[in-house]
Amino acid sequence: MNSDIPVISAEHVWKLFGPSPEAYLSRMPEDHSFEDIRSDGYIAGVKDVSLEVVKGEMLVIMGLSGSGKSTLVRCFSRLHDITGGVIKIDGQDIMSLNATELIELRRSKMGMVFQSFGLLPHRTVLENVAFPLEMRGQDRHARRERALEMVKLVGLDGREDYFPRELSGGQQQRVGIARSLAIEPNIWFLDEPFSALDPLIRREMQDEFLRLQDMLGKTIVFITHDFDEALRLADRIAIMKDGAVEQVDTPDKIVLNPATEYVARFTEEVDKASVVHASVLARDGVPADGEPVPGNATILSLARRLVEDTSDTIPVSLADGSTGAMDRKAALAVLFGERV
Amino acid sequence: MSDSTHVDAMKLGAKAVAVGATRTRTIVFTLFGVAILLTVLKPWIPAALVRLPEGLILPWADWLDAGFSWLQNDIGLIHVTRTISGWLGFLTDAAANVLYGKSRWPRLEALPWSVVAACSAVLGYWLGGWRLALLAGGTLVWTALMGQWKWAMETMSVIVVAVPFGFGIGLLLGMCAWKSRRFEEALRPVLLILQTLPFYSYLLPAVIFFKVGPTAASVATIVYSMPPMILMTIVGLRKVPPDVVEAGRMAGCTRWQMLRSVFLPSARSEILVGLNQVIMLALAMVVLTAFIGMPGLGAKLLAMMNSFKLGRSFEIGVTIVLLAVTLDRLSKAWVVKQPEHFEKGTPWWQRHSFLLLGIATFMLFYVLSQYLPILNEVGRRQSLSMGKEIDTLIKGFLGISWVKAITDFIRWFFNIWVLIPTELALLFLPTFTVILVMTGVGYLLGGWLPALIGFLFFSAVAQLGWWDRAMLTLHSTLTAVFLAMLFGMPLAIWAAHRERASRWMIFACDTAQTFPSFIYLLPAIMLFGITPITVILAILIYTMVPVVRYTVEGLRGVPREITEAADMSGATRWQKLWKVEFPLAMPTIAVGLNQAFIFAFFMVIIAAFIGTRDLGQEMQRTLAGTDLGKNFTLGFSVVFMALTLDIAINSWARKRRKILGQ
Repeated sequence: MNSDIPVISAEHVWKLFGPSPEAYLSRMPEDHSFEDIRSDGYIAGVKDVSLEVVKGEMLVIMGLSGSGKSTLVRCFSRLHDITGGVIKIDGQDIMSLNATELIELRRSKMGMVFQSFGLLPHRTVLENVAFPLEMRGQDRHARRERALEMVKLVGLDGREDYFPRELSGGQQQRVGIARSLAIEPNIWFLDEPFSALDPLIRREMQDEFLRLQDMLGKTIVFITHDFDEALRLADRIAIMKDGAVEQVDTPDKIVLNPATEYVARFTEEVDKASVVHASVLARDGVPADGEPVPGNATILSLARRLVEDTSDTIPVSLADGSTGAMDRKAALAVLFGERV
Repeated sequence: MSDSTHVDAMKLGAKAVAVGATRTRTIVFTLFGVAILLTVLKPWIPAALVRLPEGLILPWADWLDAGFSWLQNDIGLIHVTRTISGWLGFLTDAAANVLYGKSRWPRLEALPWSVVAACSAVLGYWLGGWRLALLAGGTLVWTALMGQWKWAMETMSVIVVAVPFGFGIGLLLGMCAWKSRRFEEALRPVLLILQTLPFYSYLLPAVIFFKVGPTAASVATIVYSMPPMILMTIVGLRKVPPDVVEAGRMAGCTRWQMLRSVFLPSARSEILVGLNQVIMLALAMVVLTAFIGMPGLGAKLLAMMNSFKLGRSFEIGVTIVLLAVTLDRLSKAWVVKQPEHFEKGTPWWQRHSFLLLGIATFMLFYVLSQYLPILNEVGRRQSLSMGKEIDTLIKGFLGISWVKAITDFIRWFFNIWVLIPTELALLFLPTFTVILVMTGVGYLLGGWLPALIGFLFFSAVAQLGWWDRAMLTLHSTLTAVFLAMLFGMPLAIWAAHRERASRWMIFACDTAQTFPSFIYLLPAIMLFGITPITVILAILIYTMVPVVRYTVEGLRGVPREITEAADMSGATRWQKLWKVEFPLAMPTIAVGLNQAFIFAFFMVIIAAFIGTRDLGQEMQRTLAGTDLGKNFTLGFSVVFMALTLDIAINSWARKRRKILGQ
């Protein structure tokens, strides 16, 4: 596969709900707001969204309920047909696929995890995990073997013959995760997978999820309404409101430079020092003395150095092997939670 | 919006509501006023308003007959139905051969009763533990020992054929309705009509198109038992959680895979509840097919009741009730039975222990019954029936002077002071008065549409030409439901405020609702013999069940915080009941009331064989001939009256629920 092509690309994607959305979209003035559209009797589930997800990247889509984040991910998987724009998966326009091709795409490339698990109550853990394999007609022996492997991967070995109702919420979601991974998808959609779980279990599942991602390196679109969760997991975060994307960026940059008032309100409560990394503050071509700090260290972990060092700039070793420098005052401002 | 305009808007809104209320009052007062005026001025108003003149009553029966005859002969429907009838006959005969040894294909010997009873017990044990085992086994042992085995098996032979068809066709139609809105919209009114169609209108077409006996009985039973299956299938398929559906789609299911592996298994509970309904309605109907010459428990019960052999009737009644409860409990246990997992390394015989137990039981009792004839068949001499003794007992009890005095008094009181006056009053009313009143009731309860329906449907009843008999039917129905509320409501209110009592009451009502409707005539006949009050009493008992059940449920359903809030506001018990609990429970109670009316219309028609003078009596007479047209004009007179009430009450309940945000 050509690595230049993004795995998922969305160009000016619209999803409107209402009586005849296509016709409405074609005659709608370009600068219509969400409220304008609503007063015309339509709901803008997704409003002119353009973004790309590259191979191996984890994009977290963050937004409050009704912001359109679940709708957007359902457009990527074509559980919803979009009203306007283009969505390409590995360079192919998914709206051009017919029913059989779409089924084939899902059977070979996509996995999805749901908020309320979506397990089939009449099937055992093993049968649930093997379900997508069964649907694509794999033989009994092969799918059993693969399903057992998946069950083991999510740490449910020994419970293969349990029924979903006999499991706790966290365990049920492990089954959902195992099922979504059974076909070895390239693209992994997770729609608020941990929102229905208790806070402690949620934390545990997040760790588990990071472990899996380290191991598998999938391309991921992860939906959440929890900003902390987004910060913890994301390579990049897309913040949505009223169907539109307000800002797409790395957690550091979102925290440091919120693009809109709306985004800023989320970042206010965040302990920035534990999110922002040294590399983000580093600039090229600024002289600095002393031992360089690693670029992937958070400002919080550098607190002692920042306070004790007296020079204006501190050298930072970056991922590409070069060395940059960060302004010590700016870093201190981040540490003390002042606005930069 | 500024504050002042907001207040203005609120005032406008309030004004609109006030105007609405005034308009409703004006319309209802006008309708009722004209109705009263017509009644008072009856001697002076034109005769056409009192009763529809003969000339205006169209020959619906002849037209219908012509239509049916065209369908039957010119189109050749009769050949199709006779072919189907041949297959159904083959199936019921085969079932009859296995169950009680009717000499038809496959010409096996009848299964010994002990084998059937023991295997049922094993089935009961598998589904719900030893209690159900005892119930299932016990019921069949009782049936055999009472010497009713053959009759029971005659009844069962139709049920085992009709239920799979009712289930299968219902499931199929339900899936079609779920897939296509338009099909569902077309189906709904048909289901509504089927729900209110008197059962004689099921029987006669069945007889004409499908031959007398088990075949006609199966057809009537299949059609009668299907509607709830369709509805439950639709409900179940609609209720599959979106996450599960999307998980299926993301797994790359084709449409067929979605249906087979995702939708149908996820709707399992609702579909099985539908099956339970099919079984219960099938039993209720098959008992009633006694009227078209279907042998079995129903026929025996009918014969015994007709010859006033109360003891024997009582025994058969008990058997029917036990069978109903058994079938109900077994199928309900299947609904809640969840698959269990076995630990790894469980040997195969343990995984299939119940199947093996069943096979072993079958063989054991089969062999035993070859050596012990009593286990094979309970002969006439050996049966433990005590019909004569019970007969003497009941008649002796009713003959005791004070008991007789009481029943006589009740009979006299109700006849002279309740039934005859109200009946005469309803017959006295001009046709147009009744139509106007029903229109007004419709408007009051549901607004324009129910009012229009009330007007049209009651005009149609007048048009169909059986007005006086229709009024008699309506009279029995209204009186009985009124009495059921009079007695049932206080009982329900008492129970609803007590934890244990309400549990028991709901349990008792649920059990009573599984009894075939025919059974409810039995206590009434025992107490009052063959008199008009018997009919009212039978309907009264039958309709009290839904009235009590839904009242208890409605009152119990009032959220705890709300009653606590009422307590903290210093409400007395009465205030709480009237101002808080009843208003919130009314939509649920209305559902019960609606069911009571439908039950009442059903029962009043069955009661024809006791000797009523209403629509049912005429309908029963048509059964002897081929008067399909007349049968249907009578049947639809009932349908129109029942549907008017059904639509009005339901739209009221819906409106209230919306207001209450339930």
